Amino acid sequence: MAGLELLSDQGYRLDGRKASELRKVQARMSVFAQADGSAYLEQGNTKALAVVYGPHETRGSRSKSLHDRAVINCQYSMATFSTAERKRRPHGDRKSSEMSLHLKQTFEAAVLTQLYPRSQIDIYVKILQADGGNYSACVNAATLALVDAGIPMRDYVCACTAGFVEDTPLADLCHVEESGGGTSLSLALLPRSGNIALLQMDARLHQDHLDTLMEAAMTASKGLSKVLDSVVSQHLKEVSVLTRD
Amino acid sequence: MRDTPLSNCEKHFLLKAIQEKKRLDGRQTYDYRSIKITFGTDYGCCIVELGKTRVLSQVSCELVPPKDSRPTEGIMFFNVELSPMASPAFEPNRQSELLVTLNRQLERCLRNSKCIDTESLCVISGEKVWQIRVDVHVLNHDGSLLDAASIAAISALSHFRRPDVSAQGQDVTVYSPEERDPIPLSIYHMPICVSFAFFLQGSYLLVDPCEREERVMDGLLVIAMNKHREICSIQSSGGIMLLKDQVLRCSKIASVKVSEITELITKALGNDKKVRKEGGKFGFAESMPKVRITTLKRDEAPVEMTDVNETANEILNGTETSTEPYLYLKTHWGHCQF
Repeated sequence: MAGLELLSDQGYRLDGRKASELRKVQARMSVFAQADGSAYLEQGNTKALAVVYGPHETRGSRSKSLHDRAVINCQYSMATFSTAERKRRPHGDRKSSEMSLHLKQTFEAAVLTQLYPRSQIDIYVKILQADGGNYSACVNAATLALVDAGIPMRDYVCACTAGFVEDTPLADLCHVEESGGGTSLSLALLPRSGNIALLQMDARLHQDHLDTLMEAAMTASKGLSKVLDSVVSQHLKEVSVLTRD
Repeated sequence: MRDTPLSNCEKHFLLKAIQEKKRLDGRQTYDYRSIKITFGTDYGCCIVELGKTRVLSQVSCELVPPKDSRPTEGIMFFNVELSPMASPAFEPNRQSELLVTLNRQLERCLRNSKCIDTESLCVISGEKVWQIRVDVHVLNHDGSLLDAASIAAISALSHFRRPDVSAQGQDVTVYSPEERDPIPLSIYHMPICVSFAFFLQGSYLLVDPCEREERVMDGLLVIAMNKHREICSIQSSGGIMLLKDQVLRCSKIASVKVSEITELITKALGNDKKVRKEGGKFGFAESMPKVRITTLKRDEAPVEMTDVNETANEILNGTETSTEPYLYLKTHWGHCQF
């Protein structure tokens, strides 16, 4: 849109944040009693809900089970009320299938699947309100849900988006910044080792700026991992207080 | 039909060869296979051959009402189809993972990077715009489908000519090619996808994997760039763990490859234009070479011959010259009457 500047001269973005500031992250674990693990995460206005079932026996066709590791099955869907215009097809369209595939790949790399041969772990993620960074919110919520389910992982998987405006990298994009047509990079990171589980970038960016953009996204993800860690320890404190006599 | 699974010994052989920096067809780690681009008789039809991978793409256009959210822009629609003739694993009408990946990646590479000026496709704002449809069919699968598909799509788009229109108020007249020359699309830049395959937990990487190499790879990193060194899209898939400097190194390799491929495309387009202007024969039928029995035409396969003699001598010297069985046979057969 003409006239909508994503970064003002004083260095403030549309919602008043600085260039490298993340949105407010609030999360809760064990929101559902039925599922093995569940989590609800809010990143700014983006709200994601993740539920984990497993590890359990492979449902459906036997041929899908692997003899030496667990199969991770992901499903990503957006609520019909999550976007400005009512979504006609919440799942089954190409974008949702692609997101489900990406989530599956991200978690196949992070979860220690060798410990559960011939079984299946289901991860269901739903976006309740989409305001940019859908994939990142899903990954963060699913990480918390997997921790809640007690499934062993190599490390937290933290994801964040980053954009580029006038030679300045912006961390954690909101919907207006993403759809403005500028660059948007999504990155899922295992913070301790610095390994990138998934990297996705859209729109044009000159090759020389790639380094700064990736660096900004990785720093943002590392910051997010600290937030997730504090959420987990808070939850453990609450649970242990309740179960203590 | 299910694909025949890859045997363990074949897998070990491939991985061992990759560790020794050798590839099945004799290429170097950063080499592309030979690319051949041919255009058909109609505008907008293109076949790309990347080694043995063959992909056909066709561009067509139609006047449609525009999207409500963007009334002044034309619509681009991409469709990749995996034809069952390409591989025994492809079944018709099956929404497989590979199909979704290819479609989404091609869409993101070409649509989000805004390589085509969609505003110029508008005829009457809010009522009639051109919808450009790119159909890509995979005819033979030998790895690197995305690379071939992106080259085919962008070549076909560059080759395509849409009919000329004129709008008087609400009336739109579409002129046929005889009345007025068709107009080419305005293309800002040519994004090309380059695939990098990672093996053995990311310690080895290959450019342009063939189908066998794709079966043993850990994961794939696809970088779409144009010749101005702008990255149009990056996508990592397959659950590999990447490090930042690996990605940066891949982007540098990709920029070199993309400039080579873009040159090839522009040369092919130039050749086709020249042939059409001169009135010569053009199209697919002309581009297929006449292979007769008398002219034994075969592609040269590079074979490494540096240490053939030493290895051969080693093998021969290694085997014991056992004369025992021979003598036994001789005596045994000696009993028989001939």
